Amino acid sequence: MTSAVVDVQDLSTHIVSRWGTVKAVDGVSFAVAAGETLGLVGESGSGKSMTCLSLVRLVPRPVARIVAGRVRLDGEDLLAKSEAEMRWIRGRKVAMILQDPMSSLNPVFSIGMQVREPVAMYHRLRGRALGARAAELLGAVRIPSPAARLRNFPHQLSGGMRQRVVGAMAIAAPPRLLIADEPTTSLDLTIQAQYLGLLKELQERHRLAMIFVTHDLGVVARVCDRVAVMYGGRIVEIGPVRRIFTAPAHPYTRALLEAIPRLGARREQLTAIEGQPPDLAALPAGCAFAPRCGQALERCRREAPPETAVGAGHATRCWLHGP
Amino acid sequence: MLRFVAVRLLQSVVTLALLSLVVFVLARTTGDPLHMILPMSATEEDYANARRYLGLDRPYVEQYLSFVGRAVTGDFGTSIRARRPVSELLRERLPNSLRLALFAMAVSLAMAFPLGVLAAVNKGTGVDRSAQIIAILGQSLPSFWIAIVLVEFVAGRWQWLPAGGIGGLSSYVLPGFTLGWFVVAGLMRLLRSGMLEVLDSEYVKLARLKGVAEVRVVWVHALKNALIPVVTFAGIYFSILVTTAIVVETVFAWPGLGRLAYDGITSRDFPVIQAVVLTTAAIVAVVNLGVDVLYAVIDPRIRYAR
Amino acid sequence: MSLQAVDPAALALPEARAEGPATLRGRRLPWIPVGIVAVFALVAVLAPLLSPADPYEQSLRNRFRPPVWEARGSWAHPLGTDRLGRDMLTRIMYGARVSLAVGLLAVFLAGAVGAAVGLAAGYYGGRVDAALMRVTDATLSFPVILLALILAVTVGPSFLNVVIAISVILWARYARVIRGEVLSLMERDFIAQARIAGAGAWRIITRHLAPNTLNTILVLVTLQVGYVIIVEAALSFLGAGIPPPTPAWGSMIAEGRDFVTSAWWVSFLPGLAILLVVLAFNLLGDWLRDTLDPKLRQL
Repeated sequence: MTSAVVDVQDLSTHIVSRWGTVKAVDGVSFAVAAGETLGLVGESGSGKSMTCLSLVRLVPRPVARIVAGRVRLDGEDLLAKSEAEMRWIRGRKVAMILQDPMSSLNPVFSIGMQVREPVAMYHRLRGRALGARAAELLGAVRIPSPAARLRNFPHQLSGGMRQRVVGAMAIAAPPRLLIADEPTTSLDLTIQAQYLGLLKELQERHRLAMIFVTHDLGVVARVCDRVAVMYGGRIVEIGPVRRIFTAPAHPYTRALLEAIPRLGARREQLTAIEGQPPDLAALPAGCAFAPRCGQALERCRREAPPETAVGAGHATRCWLHGP
Repeated sequence: MLRFVAVRLLQSVVTLALLSLVVFVLARTTGDPLHMILPMSATEEDYANARRYLGLDRPYVEQYLSFVGRAVTGDFGTSIRARRPVSELLRERLPNSLRLALFAMAVSLAMAFPLGVLAAVNKGTGVDRSAQIIAILGQSLPSFWIAIVLVEFVAGRWQWLPAGGIGGLSSYVLPGFTLGWFVVAGLMRLLRSGMLEVLDSEYVKLARLKGVAEVRVVWVHALKNALIPVVTFAGIYFSILVTTAIVVETVFAWPGLGRLAYDGITSRDFPVIQAVVLTTAAIVAVVNLGVDVLYAVIDPRIRYAR
Repeated sequence: MSLQAVDPAALALPEARAEGPATLRGRRLPWIPVGIVAVFALVAVLAPLLSPADPYEQSLRNRFRPPVWEARGSWAHPLGTDRLGRDMLTRIMYGARVSLAVGLLAVFLAGAVGAAVGLAAGYYGGRVDAALMRVTDATLSFPVILLALILAVTVGPSFLNVVIAISVILWARYARVIRGEVLSLMERDFIAQARIAGAGAWRIITRHLAPNTLNTILVLVTLQVGYVIIVEAALSFLGAGIPPPTPAWGSMIAEGRDFVTSAWWVSFLPGLAILLVVLAFNLLGDWLRDTLDPKLRQL
């Protein structure tokens, strides 16, 4: 088994606000190997994005703070590094693609400037070599007429194109880990498939470890090797995609899968998950999902379940499977 | 782009035309200048002669048209009081006002930019608080009051700087500072709020994710986006500087446009009044045009808008 | 799993106080600026009752008495006397009447006209809009002080002239901003609905557009009062404002100009009054803007 590119242990990030301390990320652990894609699934507010930001230590200060854990990138703990060291690592070792292509690019600078910048930083290129390399990158993300595109401005490009540009900037180094935070959510359905294909291609070419954040299980099935399901800031189930889909262990995961409408199934009402997502500032003492769980035991409300293995590389936090 | 400039130029011309009409009417209503020029013992006939000489007896429409006709060629007539061509007076005074305004503007910009950016970057800290206090004070202090206090202490008691008149660089300092004070305040606040908004944006987050140094993120990635409202107001403020310098010029005995206007108005010198107002308006129009062009340079979305 | 409506992905973080049309209700007022404005307003209205002396009464024997905290000062004249022995405290109190009256009057007048123009321009659009905006731009480039000076010299300086001169130029600023507001309001559905229901121009403007611009108008108005007060003071300073012997802060400063070293209080104290009032209005205006309409940051 290849050693992990990124190995996260017990990561916790808290947000201090007027209404109390929110445990946005609460004891999260996972690992991703080179060439492997880990999906990060959950509802809005489950902690997916905050986990990613925590990996690169760009949580919104001063309200948010990483309070515990270890994030090892190729063996080195990122949480122990200085800010200057982190700045060097960002982009070069860990790159990120954000959700909304309309706002990811700086509107007053040309595409060329924004793509050249990381290339110049990471590879110390200047002048013509720099321009050529930038055009190459645009070509790698399958943007037509890359050299001409360099002179364009973001508002002249479509959403799909912009997201490709963001992708180009992300692989400029190329990095060891690529984090994609819902990269296709804002794109048209037809473009989505193309973009996902592109990401896979880039991953294979550069042997990237990839973390793919999404709330869409369909995308997970297509793109990911493993998936971690998050709820209330915690990972409630993690395992290989096939296992999760065919034999989900956690009631929440099961509910998510059941909630996907299936063509051909009898036309009944849509199944849904009863109740509301948890208030992260006032998490219950036990399992965060207990209030909405149809199979909750008395113990579930009292104690938070630890991570228990339920198969090869498959673990869950649930007393139903617990020790 | 050229079309853009041309359209704006046309608009400015229309505006100026409108203004010239207003000015003309107003100037004529300020009263009969002859009372001020002719001696007490003047007879009816003297008045009639003087009127004919100065062209004041022709119908208003004719006066207006000849005024406009000559104004376009730069001939603003002769100052009734000073008996010299107004254009000459303008040539003497205008540069002084412009220089003072430019000096004040330059100093204000040099102060407002760092203050505004630093206040935004250090939001909530002492730096930010102090900057905001400076800003609100700047917009609340009457300039002539400051001027008097400054003249008294800095020039009078401590003798660090000259009290008035135009001279070397040191004579620009006090009036420039007095004029520019409120500009610093306004621009600083604009910059601060603009920067705060931009620093929160997704593209700034992405720049940081790329590993760009924070200094560059703030001063290159963020600043350019926050500039647009600042540019608008810088233009407005510059026009204000030129046009309201009248008070400062009075206190500091600065031989500029403001003083010329003041003297012109009090002595009912039509040609001077008309010329000053038109010149002022022309300056404002040019500055506005410049601002619009600058927008297009800064923000490519405006440049390529269709 | 029971069958129920799907809960759309709601933010799990604790709910902030509901956003929605911002209202003044329930917000913490900024007490200091409000207090200052209230004090000055009270003083202005009740000046004849509150003031210790007659603002016009001269006493050559009592010229240049310093304020009470200095050596030669006395409680008879807590803030000293001026060149003609008139009581400073009284004159400053009476000056408040002038400044506040001009400030509020000019601003509301200009606001009314400006709002009307802005509403019309935004609603009708097209040629009406273009024409109105030309006039607005022309007005904007006319220097206020110059106009006031001209009026002062023509018709003679007076309270009314000052108010008129300022209002005549000031309205243009409001017109621009209101027009912008109206333009974006026009895109909204409720206007289309009103039209479909058969509402005429007047009804739409008064019932639908105007109330939605009230916030903006209120903020603008408050922010501009300070500016107007300073302009009025500048005019009085130049001799083109409220004519003497009516006490006006600007002319008081002008009078004391030559004695700044010897009798500093004559110029300094009225200036301080201006500073306090304008500061209070500006702070109040800022607070109003942040509460009601943060989009107006640019002002």
